Formats: sequence, structure tokens, C-alpha cells
Amino acid sequence: MSDAGSATGLLVETPVIERVLGAALQRGGEFAEVFVEDRHSTSAVLDDGRVEELSSGRDRGAGVRVVVGETTGYAHTADLSEKGLLAAAEAAAAVARQGGGGRVVALEQRDAVKRNEVTQLPEEVAKARKIELLVQADEAARASGNAISQVSASYGDGRRRIQVANSDGVLVSDDQVRTRFAVSCVAVGDTGMQTGYEASAFTVGFELFDTVDVGEIAATAARRALVKLTARPAPSGEVPLILESGSGGILFHEACGHGLEADHIAKDASVYVGQVGEQVASPLVTLVDDGTIGPEWGSFAVDDEGNSAQRNVLIQNGVLTDYMWDYLRGRKEHRVSSGNGRRQNYRHLPMVRMTNTFLLNGDADPDEILAQTPTGVYVAKLGGGQVNTTTGDFVFGTVEAYLIEDGRITEPLRDANLIGNGPEVLRRIDAVANDFAMGPGTCGKDGQSVPVGCGQPTLRITGVTIGGTAGD
Amino acid sequence: MTETASQQSSTPTAESELLELAVRVAGAARRGEQLEVYVSRGVETDVRAYEGDVESLSSAASAGVGIRVVTAGRQGFAYAGTLEESVLKQTLAEARDNATFATADEHVGLAVPDGVAPASLDLWDEELLRTPSAAKVEMALELERRARAADPRVRQVAFADYGDMAAEAAVASSTGITATARRTVSSVAVETIAGADADSQTGVGFSAARGPGDLDLDKAVTDAVERCTRMLGATKARSGRCTVVLDPRVTSTLLAVVSSALSGEAVTKGRSFFADRVGEEVAVPTLVLVDDPTDPRSFGASTHDAEGLACRRNVLIENGVLRGFVFDTTSARRAGLASTASAVRGGYATTPGAGCRALSLAPGSLGAAEILSEVGEALFVQSITGVHSGVNTVSGDFSVGAEGLMVRGGMLAEPVREVTIASTLQRMLQSVLHIGSDVEWLPGVAAGQTLCIDGMALSGS
Repeated sequence: MSDAGSATGLLVETPVIERVLGAALQRGGEFAEVFVEDRHSTSAVLDDGRVEELSSGRDRGAGVRVVVGETTGYAHTADLSEKGLLAAAEAAAAVARQGGGGRVVALEQRDAVKRNEVTQLPEEVAKARKIELLVQADEAARASGNAISQVSASYGDGRRRIQVANSDGVLVSDDQVRTRFAVSCVAVGDTGMQTGYEASAFTVGFELFDTVDVGEIAATAARRALVKLTARPAPSGEVPLILESGSGGILFHEACGHGLEADHIAKDASVYVGQVGEQVASPLVTLVDDGTIGPEWGSFAVDDEGNSAQRNVLIQNGVLTDYMWDYLRGRKEHRVSSGNGRRQNYRHLPMVRMTNTFLLNGDADPDEILAQTPTGVYVAKLGGGQVNTTTGDFVFGTVEAYLIEDGRITEPLRDANLIGNGPEVLRRIDAVANDFAMGPGTCGKDGQSVPVGCGQPTLRITGVTIGGTAGD
Repeated sequence: MTETASQQSSTPTAESELLELAVRVAGAARRGEQLEVYVSRGVETDVRAYEGDVESLSSAASAGVGIRVVTAGRQGFAYAGTLEESVLKQTLAEARDNATFATADEHVGLAVPDGVAPASLDLWDEELLRTPSAAKVEMALELERRARAADPRVRQVAFADYGDMAAEAAVASSTGITATARRTVSSVAVETIAGADADSQTGVGFSAARGPGDLDLDKAVTDAVERCTRMLGATKARSGRCTVVLDPRVTSTLLAVVSSALSGEAVTKGRSFFADRVGEEVAVPTLVLVDDPTDPRSFGASTHDAEGLACRRNVLIENGVLRGFVFDTTSARRAGLASTASAVRGGYATTPGAGCRALSLAPGSLGAAEILSEVGEALFVQSITGVHSGVNTVSGDFSVGAEGLMVRGGMLAEPVREVTIASTLQRMLQSVLHIGSDVEWLPGVAAGQTLCIDGMALSGS
């Protein structure tokens, strides 16, 4: 496949984009946008002791958005020729009724501020080297214990080049490279099977493996499975909870992150509506969403609406300072986007999404927090979560957790979900340590998945409901 | 394949065009090489209404190809989101190259025709393609209007959507497979919010059919409104052991979860709590679980599986006894069995795996109200959350967030929220008290019906 617009490094040449934007506004649209994307990905899986499959793919296309009044029209195409783009522009423009009509401000190419340099493009790395990593991980996991019965290791890389232009004169490109490695293990014991999982994922190239040891990822996954072979059922009911540093940023992603997205706010479908300036969390909570932090999984130079990534303080010392915004929600409130307009790919409309969302350090000593917790549950790793932004109720699952007895970590617990209400749980945080760490995740909203980062220092919540079966 | 077929094709040109393309590319197989080409194409429309206006209208057509190459037991795969000729060649070359890196495995191979004739299914509603966008927009607007007017306690409609898709696919291989499939799906979905501030409750309702003419807007609205208004004033319940009565939607989710432990792939790789238990009693004797994609009422219905074999009815649990699993070609060979024509794939960008499409439990004799009155005291669960984070189909551990209503004296009573229900899947299957007669075909891989399970741990206050 030939690279469109390769002479200038642009996916689509500027004069073509200008004509497409013009066509998009022809029927009365007030704002038009062209989003072009070219994505290459490679994945490789080793499972059951065999390299099962190496897969590579390419998806390329563009989406045209036209806004008129409160209405957005969207159409996309895999055909990046001028003819294909114009057809998409006309389809998107069809929603525009007779209106004032916008015009295209002359496009001005803006340079995206790169957050980190990719030193080794994955596409330039021999496939055999990627396979070698899988074999190493498999060996390391199996060497962790005889009880390890199954290992699956996966490698993935992706390069996503985007170009965004709109009728306000924005024209900007970004080249996003992401690399990921994950291992999941099964361990078998007298009480049945248990699973363990660990992943490392960053917005970097193959240089990821200069600093990340796949053997360690594998050993961590194996250890999680092995530990749970002797686990007892998690308790049932409300318990004090300690979240280990970096283990559960997902808590904030669910407990308040989604509820602070301006689209939920605009529809009065969030418990945080009308709460700006109010105390919504313990004074120990300062929460930030930051798409600029170098190689983290949720970082980028520009978002999928052409705005630069930003650092946004959402909650400062427990007080709600702001929501997260995309173009459309900002436009309605006469303010600018906060750099949170993202989409899964060119087939989707952008919406308000988190980037890297995390709680800042406090000043407590993590060991002391534990020592001062007579009983409770210690979470070393959380899995996924889910929230209803309207009620604020959310769940998050443990994948490595222990009982706390007399201020010490004792027995491992089987997996369970925890359930809480966002504002209530945020008020119950009574200790925050100084040992911040973060990790990668995938966030799903309205059928679209995007990479995000989550992080927190060790912290304690005075009471959360844990859904175990102990006592049966 | 994912998209399902129609034997009574009224516009055969598009399908045969796709098949011709697949056959032509598969014809490039070299000596000693197995080659499979899967091509798909679809159109879709999505409309969202808000405050009497169209919030967004998206329409799109997309197409793609996925190519699998197996050489001496080594599999390689490549895909592209277009059907352009130059890209097809490049994708094939890439798949071939990828195959050289796999570990040789005697079980890996493509499907070969097994002589089973495909069921005659009509899963395509031409009306969907004839309906103009304006009419689809009007359905979304009408849905929102009705939702706003339905009940004074409804203060907001978070979304009111119309969506549809028409998808066609073809698969051809050098091992003799040629199959086409197509299907349409049309749906409306609405979320209403009742109450205010700390006591805000949400409810989602929907209606799905093969075409827009069969959608029931009032059912979607009634469902959404009932689900949010009856939750007003909900509080946490006290922790303890309890009997649960699952709403049909929850049962559908539960069956979908159980189905991943019935995948031959999970079983042969030692990732299922059902492994090595064929012939054993894994559930109560009244429980019969069947995966039947040839049943046209199911949204997962299909004439062919993702490898082009004719779909068939597979009995998985019969009178509580585990009878077998669902297999694609590779996992079946690994188990020393034949494929059950249960290959599924997530579209052109993924390789096939083994999975269920159209699960349902044999209906019992009691309806939902009769089950409530039979159990007397229980928690009726209208929705669950955290299924992906709290259910482990390897260990069987089950722990999910739940909301619903207490059942007292056989009647629905006060609403309950922010609790969890927990057990293990193994124990839940052995603790089924009643299976409802109210089978409801829902989008997804499993039908829903009221299901009553004893001895769950409820965590609340």
C-alpha cells in the first residue's frame, strides 16, 4: 500500500483537507473536522508452550464530523482519496439543516509537542526478537513453581499516526507508538485452579524492553496465581481497606474519574453535577488527569480533536476544581477543551475521556499505615472496575489481596469484587502515603476502548464493602 | 462466521461478490500450504436523540479481510481494513511471513467440509436498508419523547438511541470451504434517570429485532422507567446468606460467563473448571443447557461458523450432566474430536476461537411471579456490575455488584443497592432452585429467563 501524502509526511495533503472541510460546511454546518488515521499493529501470542500465532494488521481511514446547532453528523471512510473523503464529508453534512453556515479558517500546520522520543520503532525490529521475549516469559513463569500449569504470554505493538484538521484552522499531526507485554498464568493445587496476571504497557517503542524485564512480569503473574492456591474466601461485608501503591488507581478512575467527564455532567447524569468548589473528598485527595507524562500508557502529544495534551487538576485537597472537557462539551459552556477528546479509531466520534488519572502523594509512611490498621483487607492488585456515574455506585475487583490482622499482612484471599459509592468512598480516605506508582489500563465507554494510565500511592479507606463468601 | 447467512438471499450479488473475492485469494495457496480468506463488509447507522434534537447521527460503511496461512502446522495471520487489491496481496504476504515464526503444532489446521448441510435461516431484513435515515432519526426522537413523558419521576433521559447494522461475510479456503453469511440487526435503547441528588436511579430498556419494523419502542421505555422508578429510595441490605432470583437479563449475562468455561479452547488448555468433568453431574438435574445457532429466534443465529462449517445444535449440559464442549477445528483436534462448528471471531481482525452463539436453558414450568411466590423470601436481582472484574471462569469464583428488590412474602418489596452477591459458578449450578418458563431472546450469546439460585453470600451493611 502506498503512503498517501508521503511527500510531506502528511497522511492527506493540506489542500485536499481544505476542500473536504469546505464541502463538509456546504449545507449549513457551523463546524467541521477531518480526522485521518493510519494504524499498524503487531501481536504475538505464546500459549500452552507454543508460539501460537503472529498477527499483523493495518487499518487506515478518515472520519468527517459536522456540527450544526446541537447536532453532530459523522461519516467515515477507508478511502483516503479526495473522492472518498468528499463522499464522507457530504454524508456528514447531510444532518445540517439550513443554518447560518460556517466557513473554513485557513489551515495552519501546528507542531505537536512530543512527550517522549521513540528510539526504536517496533516495525523496525525483527519479528524473531519479539518471539524471543515470549519464550523467555514462558520459561520464567514455569520456573516459578511446579504448580504453574498454564502460561500465556502476549506481545503487542502499535503505531498510530493521526492528522486532525478543523474549520477553526487547526491542522496538527501526531505519531503515537505503544508497546505492551502481558503474561497470565494458571496454577493448580488441591483446592482447584487459580489465575495470575501482570502487564507492562507504555507509550514507547521497542526500547520498552531495555528497562522492563519480561521474566519479572512472568514471575509476578506466576506468583499471583501460586499465592492464591492457599487463599481463603474473602470476607463478606464492610472492611477497612489498604490499597498498595500503584495497585488500584482504577479506584479513582471509577469512583470519580468518569463522573467528572463533562458529557455526563451536561446530562445531569453524574453525582458530581454542581459540585465545583465543593468538598467532594477527603482533604488528603488531590486528583490529576495528565496526558503529558512522558511514556505513560494514556499519554499523547495531541488528542483526537487536535488539542495538546494537558495536565488538569480535578480535585485539590478534596475540593472539586474542574471537570474534563472535549470540543463539543466545551463549546456549549463557552470554554475550551481540556485535551480530553479521544476516540478508539476513525470509525468513532470523539468523546470526553480520561488520559492518565492519578492521586498525588501524601506524606504518610506506607508501613505505618499498615501497622496502624488492626484488621482489614490489603489489596496488592486490583483488576477492572465499573461505575454508574448517575448513582456513583462502582465496583472493582481484587486479583491479589490479603487479610490484615494486628497490623500485619497475613493470609491471601480469593478474588472478589468490592463495591462502594464514589463520593462516600472518597470521603473515607484517611491516610495517603508517599510512595506513588502507576500502571496501564484499558478504559471502555459507550463501546469505545482507549488506553489509559491509573496511579496512586498506598492509601487507606476506613470502610468498603467486600463481596466475598467467608462465613458460608 | 460472525455474520450469518440467508439461503433466501434477495440481493445475492453482494454476497457472491465477497465470496468470489475470497475464493480468488484463497486460490493463491501454494503447495503444502493451507490458506483461508475471510472477508466482511457492513453498513451501520447510529442516531442519538437528546432534548428533542438529534445529538448525533453517524453512518458508515466498512470492509476488511483477514487471512490465515497454515504451513506444516504453523499458523500466521494478517488483516487489513480495506478490500483494495494491492492490500490483499500485501496481507497475504504478511500472513505467510508470520507463519514462519509459529511453533509447529500437529493440531493446527483449517476446517475441512464435513458434509453437514446448513440450516435454512432468514436473518436479513431488507426493510432495514430501504428505511431512510430520516425515519431512523424519527424513531430515536420518538423514543426520547415517550421516555420523557412516561412518568413524572423521570427527570432525565441520559440517552435515547436507534442503531442498526447490515453485515455480510464470506469465507473460502484451500481446504474446500466456501460459505457466505449475512444478517441485519436493528435496535433502540434508552436510559432514564428518576429521582434527584443522592437518590438518583437509572434504568435501561431496549428492543432489538432483525429490522426496524419489529422494534417495540414502548417496551423499551416501559422497561427503562420501571427499572429506575422502582429503585427509588434504595438502601444497602444486611449481609448474610440469601436466595437470589435473577432477572432474565442477568441470567443471560451469567450464561455468557459460564459459556467461556465451555469453550473447547479453554478446556484443552486447562483453563476451565469444567475440564475433565464430562459425564459428571455439574448442575441440578433439571438443568439442560443447549447452544443452538440454528434457532432463528436467537440473535446469535447463524448458518455457518467462523470457519465456514454449518452450525448445529450442541447439547452441553443434559439433566445436570456435562455432555461436552464447543470446539473449533484446532481445539477439537487437540481434544481428539471433531469440530462442533463453534468457531467464532470478532471480525476480520482476529483469528477464530471456540465459543457459544445461541445458548438457552430448557424452560421450567413456573413464570417469574410464580417463582417469587414459591421462594417467599429472596433478593430479586435486576442488574449486576463488575462481571469482567469479579468472575473467574478458571477458578469459578463469582462476586458481582448487584441491585434489585427484596422479595418478601413472595412479592417484590423494598429496593436494594450497593451490595454484592458471591459464590462459585460450580456451586451456583448445583444450587438452582427454579428455571423460569419465561425464555426471552436477548442480544448476545445467551437467551434470558428468570433463574432462582440458593445460598449466595450477600455483602452489604
